[in-house]
Amino acid sequence: MATGDIVEKGDMKESIRELFEYRHLLFMLTWKEIRIRYKQTIMGFFWALLMPMLIVAAGVLIRQAFALVSDQPVNLRDVASICVKALPWAFFVGAIRFSTSSLTGNSNLVTKIYFPREVFPVSAVLANLFDFAVASVVVVVVLILARTGLGVDILWLPLLLVLLVFLTLGLGMLLACGNLFFRDVKYIVEVLLTFGIFFTPVFYEAKMLGKWAPVILLNPLAPLLEAMNDVIVLHRPPDYGWLGYSASWAVLGFLIAWKVFDRAESAFAENI
Amino acid sequence: MSEIAVEFDRVWKKFRKGESFDSLRDLIPAMTKRLLSGDRDGDLRPREFWAVKDVSFQVKRGEALGIIGPNGAGKSTVLKLLSKILRPNKGSIHVQGRLSALIEIGAGFHPDLTGRENIYLNGAILGMTREEIKRKFDPIVEFSGLEEFIDTPVKRYSSGMYARLGFSVAAHVDPDVLLVDEVLSVGDMQFQEKCLEKMLSFAKGGTTVLFVSHNLAAVSTLCPQTAFLSGGTLRAMGPTSNVMTEYVRSVQAGDSAPSEEVPIRTARLLDESMETIERFSPGQKAYLTFSMKPDVPLEECLLGFIIRRATDDLPVCDYNLPLAHLRPSGQHAGDLQCGLSFQVNLLRGAYIIVLHLYHCPTAKFLGWIRPAAFFSVEETASWQGLAHVNPLLIARESEGE
Repeated sequence: MATGDIVEKGDMKESIRELFEYRHLLFMLTWKEIRIRYKQTIMGFFWALLMPMLIVAAGVLIRQAFALVSDQPVNLRDVASICVKALPWAFFVGAIRFSTSSLTGNSNLVTKIYFPREVFPVSAVLANLFDFAVASVVVVVVLILARTGLGVDILWLPLLLVLLVFLTLGLGMLLACGNLFFRDVKYIVEVLLTFGIFFTPVFYEAKMLGKWAPVILLNPLAPLLEAMNDVIVLHRPPDYGWLGYSASWAVLGFLIAWKVFDRAESAFAENI
Repeated sequence: MSEIAVEFDRVWKKFRKGESFDSLRDLIPAMTKRLLSGDRDGDLRPREFWAVKDVSFQVKRGEALGIIGPNGAGKSTVLKLLSKILRPNKGSIHVQGRLSALIEIGAGFHPDLTGRENIYLNGAILGMTREEIKRKFDPIVEFSGLEEFIDTPVKRYSSGMYARLGFSVAAHVDPDVLLVDEVLSVGDMQFQEKCLEKMLSFAKGGTTVLFVSHNLAAVSTLCPQTAFLSGGTLRAMGPTSNVMTEYVRSVQAGDSAPSEEVPIRTARLLDESMETIERFSPGQKAYLTFSMKPDVPLEECLLGFIIRRATDDLPVCDYNLPLAHLRPSGQHAGDLQCGLSFQVNLLRGAYIIVLHLYHCPTAKFLGWIRPAAFFSVEETASWQGLAHVNPLLIARESEGE
């Protein structure tokens, strides 16, 4: 028999083909996420800026406190660094939060209509990517004001962004799947995201921790943020070793997460 | 290629009763097992039950199959298995071509989005491309009759409007196989008719339709073939009128067993030669025999004789027959064997006979038997309707001037 047969799940090629077939749906769901987020709000897209701006403000405050202790005043370049790292962090937090509840929040669709379930976490991540893009405009302005200039190392940036997205996608799919079976996941994620900022070099740089720096860099997100700071603000190439470490997390994590998601998918409707 | 559009081959599906996991202790092993083995084994574990048991059927391309059965028979599970939302524990399912499901229409709507936006969203959820929706947008809106409100968020819609928009989108998918689950129960009469018409046109246009409904009249209009599910098993499948007869009989049999109090018993339906019969042709003579043992004088009672169409419970006739002449007054002991003759002036369909005994002075029903009997009417000609008025066509050559 040809088309439409129920294929044994876990076939990666089949999953990719199916996801491609439903690309319109992926697009529409992403669009819906963006659309409803700012519907019936007074501030509209301004909300996309608020979260990263708050993070930046907190970062500047903390750096100011450091400065008072260490007698090294905060300069504009530091603010630029915080901006460059706060934005991906805000994206990561938002995307993980939304994708975790993306399956449970759409339970009527999960139990009623068939299509590849991957579109839920993926569209949640893509919608946050849109917010990320909106907020980036502001960061560009800050960078211009700080006169950080442009180096050739900026060419690393697209790769870094892709790795960031894949890292987020992998984790998001895994958490969405986990949260479907056990709602505990959502609460654990909330706690981890709230305190995660202390274990990620957003307000500070990893090297400020001296010999403890590698510990912080074990967090796969950390080398990516450091690398972004390197290539945008500091005009130097990233640390290849640590970048490789993050990249393997992103790629392997994504593949494993997809596999697990695919395996568990058939049990979604009756366990949600 | 094969002409079979949908094939269900010895499909089993089990569900679990109660909450999924009681304790952390059975959670981890169960979870690992599910992920590793896919939980496909065919054995029932404690608290599990089969929702679909060894169901096999085939539907040919362009055929419409009705699926009927009582609540909890597994009808919706069958549709969910077909649409790949659920996966069978045993057996295999094959579907040829693009499948679209009218299960819970409007499930993909978001209340904050306008009707227009929801058409695009829901269309995509049902597997249409953006260009396709754009092309069909106007017909969809026109079909729903919601032109005025298309830019209003659907949260402001009434539930009927919601359902109409949902059906309109779903009806424009152009599937090869269409699954319909009880959607006609929404909307006003006019819209229901429109839906039925649309589904009929699907069926005529070569789309394979699987239609789950409790509305037996709609099933018989739409589907020449019907499957009857009960308790997860396929009880009967074949021409709709036969299967429906089976279904109605099983429902009525389980409905109300006559209690000891009922003064009417053992009703039997006979034909002219006093043979037990269940299938009549229009205009045939029928005898209903039963025994009666009222504890009140017969002249104070009326016998209610009601015929209802089984598919929609439409009362075909409702007589109140006096009983005084059956027995001299004053006497009232012992069983009375009664016979009631009538003419089956009815057309194709399934019917039930209800009997009751009404006591006039106390205005009370002394007993109901429902159904007293069950019969179907079949004819070879394609007559439609309810009553058999025995039309006779004659002609005479008019004399030329």
